[in-house]
Amino acid sequence: MFPINETMGQYSELFMLLAAGTYTVAFVAFAWDLAKSSKTLRAVDLKAAAAAKVPVAVGSAGSETVTAAGPAGARTAGSDMRYAAERRAPARVAVALTILGVLIHGAGVVTRAIGAGRVPWGNMYEFLTTGAFVAVVVFLLALVRRDLRFLGTFVIGLAVIMLVAASVAYWTPVGHLVPALQSYWLVIHVSIAVLSSALFTLTFAMSALQLVQSHRQKTLAAGGVDKLGFMRLVPDALSLENLSYRINTVAFVGWTFTLMFGAIWAEKAWGRFWGWDTKEVWTFVIWVVYAGYLHARATRGWTGTRAAWLSIVGYLCVIFNFTIVNQFFNGLHSYSGLQ
Amino acid sequence: MSEPVESKNKPKTIEDAKTEAALPALGLKGMLRWAWTQLTSMRTALFLLLLLAVAAVPGSLFPQRPANPAVVTQYIKDHPDYGKILDALQLYDVYSSAWFSAIYLLLFISLIGCVTPRAIAHYKAMRSQPPRTPKRLSRLPEYGTLVVPADAGIPASRAITDAAALLRKRGYRVEVRDADGERPSLGAERGFLKEVGNLVFHTSLIGVLVSVAIGGLFGYSGQRILVEGDTFVNTLVGYDQFSPGTNFQSGWLQPYSIQLDKFDVKFDRESPAHFGQPIDFTAQVTTKENPGAPAEKQVLKVNDPVTLGGTSIYLTGNGYAPVVTVRDGKGNVALQGPVVAKLQGDNYYSSVVIKVPDAKPEQLGFAGFFLPTAFVTEQGVSFSGDPELINPQLSLNSYYGDLGLDKGTPQNVFELDVKNLTQLNGRDLPAKGITLVPGKTYTLPDGKGSITFDGIKKYVGVDIHHNPGQVSALFFALLAVAGLVVSLYLNRRRVWVRTGTHDDGRTMVEYGLLARGEDHRLAGESAAIRELLQREWQLAPDASGSSATVASTTTKDQ
Ligand code: HEM
Repeated sequence: MFPINETMGQYSELFMLLAAGTYTVAFVAFAWDLAKSSKTLRAVDLKAAAAAKVPVAVGSAGSETVTAAGPAGARTAGSDMRYAAERRAPARVAVALTILGVLIHGAGVVTRAIGAGRVPWGNMYEFLTTGAFVAVVVFLLALVRRDLRFLGTFVIGLAVIMLVAASVAYWTPVGHLVPALQSYWLVIHVSIAVLSSALFTLTFAMSALQLVQSHRQKTLAAGGVDKLGFMRLVPDALSLENLSYRINTVAFVGWTFTLMFGAIWAEKAWGRFWGWDTKEVWTFVIWVVYAGYLHARATRGWTGTRAAWLSIVGYLCVIFNFTIVNQFFNGLHSYSGLQ
Repeated sequence: MSEPVESKNKPKTIEDAKTEAALPALGLKGMLRWAWTQLTSMRTALFLLLLLAVAAVPGSLFPQRPANPAVVTQYIKDHPDYGKILDALQLYDVYSSAWFSAIYLLLFISLIGCVTPRAIAHYKAMRSQPPRTPKRLSRLPEYGTLVVPADAGIPASRAITDAAALLRKRGYRVEVRDADGERPSLGAERGFLKEVGNLVFHTSLIGVLVSVAIGGLFGYSGQRILVEGDTFVNTLVGYDQFSPGTNFQSGWLQPYSIQLDKFDVKFDRESPAHFGQPIDFTAQVTTKENPGAPAEKQVLKVNDPVTLGGTSIYLTGNGYAPVVTVRDGKGNVALQGPVVAKLQGDNYYSSVVIKVPDAKPEQLGFAGFFLPTAFVTEQGVSFSGDPELINPQLSLNSYYGDLGLDKGTPQNVFELDVKNLTQLNGRDLPAKGITLVPGKTYTLPDGKGSITFDGIKKYVGVDIHHNPGQVSALFFALLAVAGLVVSLYLNRRRVWVRTGTHDDGRTMVEYGLLARGEDHRLAGESAAIRELLQREWQLAPDASGSSATVASTTTKDQ
């Protein structure tokens, strides 16, 4: 057992606050990007419309054009989510700030680990700070391959909330682990749980946007007015659904491992691999909901909006499991670190 | 039986056809068949899955009997208005309740009904040839053409065998048709393992369920408290508490023994917020596989059980056991030994009950508290200031009379039934309460005897489990994950190639690809095959980035 280093712990808290501050600025930049880019797009539309002497292509050709990608007349971003040629200065600033933030955040996580002399995920404060870090890293990694900057406000906004909640509501000073948590299974089981949750966070955002986008597409197809201009930056509903499905499959496999490794650990710690402890119940519920989601994707009449709802419900269960169950339900897993 | 949805653009599936054809037919047989079709439909599976998720929730909202029966009894007492109703609804036994069992049994019946025909169909598909070449390949989601110049010397028949060889190398099963005819073609298919993965995954879930059932039938578990120096022998009488599986036979217990030599607790003295919290428990034990076997030293820790005689032994609790000597009214030693103190509050504040049935002429009883580091507030409330033995103290009330042990009704060792007892010592009595520090003796009033606080030992609580379904549950769970990964990430694809000779002698090649189910890499596969063919026939590669594939990206690959 490594000794505790309080100074490192204090550095860590400072880094966390600095990271939260940097993210907040990045969040503003992402929001600015959404507002500005949609204005730019509209201007392009208007110019094109003026040139063609036709009204802005609202509902002119049914749903076909809605999904069509292209600079002028585009109502949604490209469906392949690849980077397009046009420059979005605010978005670049936002990503740069996010990278700066994640570096500081990483320093916070590492100093926390050094301060406590162990992996930094042993109580709620640490789950939140490390979880937010993983979520941002996953987001940035996804950005390397796909232009998901339209998710920036959401992911970075959530990271800010997590960091603030950690510092305000769940703050716990560096400390040793209780014996029940002293196991290499903590490293395996919780890291996979945090990683899967980060992926579920991305798909939750995409599913929520998918619902909005599909509503908007329907309105537009029916000849309605586009009230959600910023959604032009967001790909069409089907592309969102397909990408979030692919991420969800990875997260589901991760969650399956979370469940299994949790069971193996429970066997090591308490002598039974499954005992319907509250935490186990909710891990199971989440797993079944996402299994339902995967089934829904293969069931006619359940793809699209309904599947998106299941993905959202699944994520709400993840949140519930983390907040309410950890704090207010009594069980063997009482490790919130709160008294 | 349900077939996965082939593609979003093609809503007609076998499932649809079945549902449409499944309008209730006349007669019992028809009804049964209709019910079976419904039960094994994908929609029902989805519904049952979601229902299972919902049904599992109440188990986390209400106390559960298997986990803690005492809490349930208390809960029913505390909620006289609806506590009994919840019990009638089996909400304290959710996971063995009729409704929860019904849901998962239906789900698994549906699963078997789903998997069996699928497995048969897939077995047939694996043995049959790839489907015939469609008339118009250009309708497929991935389609492309290649032209081999006339002077390359590759006629249509040779082109098709080349393509067949390439695809075989790539893992496709290939059938060449009409090789020497006007328009030779080939059909190829790969990714049969995807469906196998799906079947393995679902079947393994049944395996997990059966393994869990086996554990419930043939397993057993029990608890025992061991004070330093105590030995547990694995026989029925050795347990403090024992829960056998439905089919348990006591002959299964292997009479191994485990002795607690020493138990150490380390407390946190570093971090101010957690000061005094235990951070390490270590039990030194000596074990013997059988009465005659050689003794072996082992270490038992939390998260690190000792396995012995087919069982695993877990460290689940600990505390202090004050050692006392009680002499009766006649001056004889009526009790000598450690008394397990039950944890009640912070810093090992524990309750103590001592029953002395052998005391003569009257039985004696004591009840009170043990404090490792005693502090007393000005109001006279005592508490423990530290978990370590800095100022250990035993404060007791004493009683004499009939302990009620002789009637044979089982009693809780941690509770003293004072109904038939007369109190000797107590805060409100003239003799006051008994306060003892180690080494001291207190003489009871009225010549009833005396009690000596000899010293302090530690005890541990161990759980002993035997679960014969455990290994197979793990095996099937791992198998399930393997099947899941294969089924999610492998793709089932079909390729068709057709060749022909143009009037001017050029060889024309067209090809098309189709995926079954979701496949976002179909376009990539198409490009890869195109490149292979180009290299084979030494054609100029396409200008970078502009694959000539006529792919309708909106249909499959987003
Ligand atoms: C015990 C409950 C069940 C669970 C936890 C479960 C879970 C899953 C999961 C995670 C998948 C996606 C991975 C894969 O493709 O292999 C899946 C797919 C599938 N399940 Fe289940 N399943 C259950 C019961 C059923 C039942 C009762 C049926 C039949 C009515 C069924 C039919 C299918 C089919 C056809 C697929 C393939 C979908 C596709 O091809 O994309 N499942 N299941």
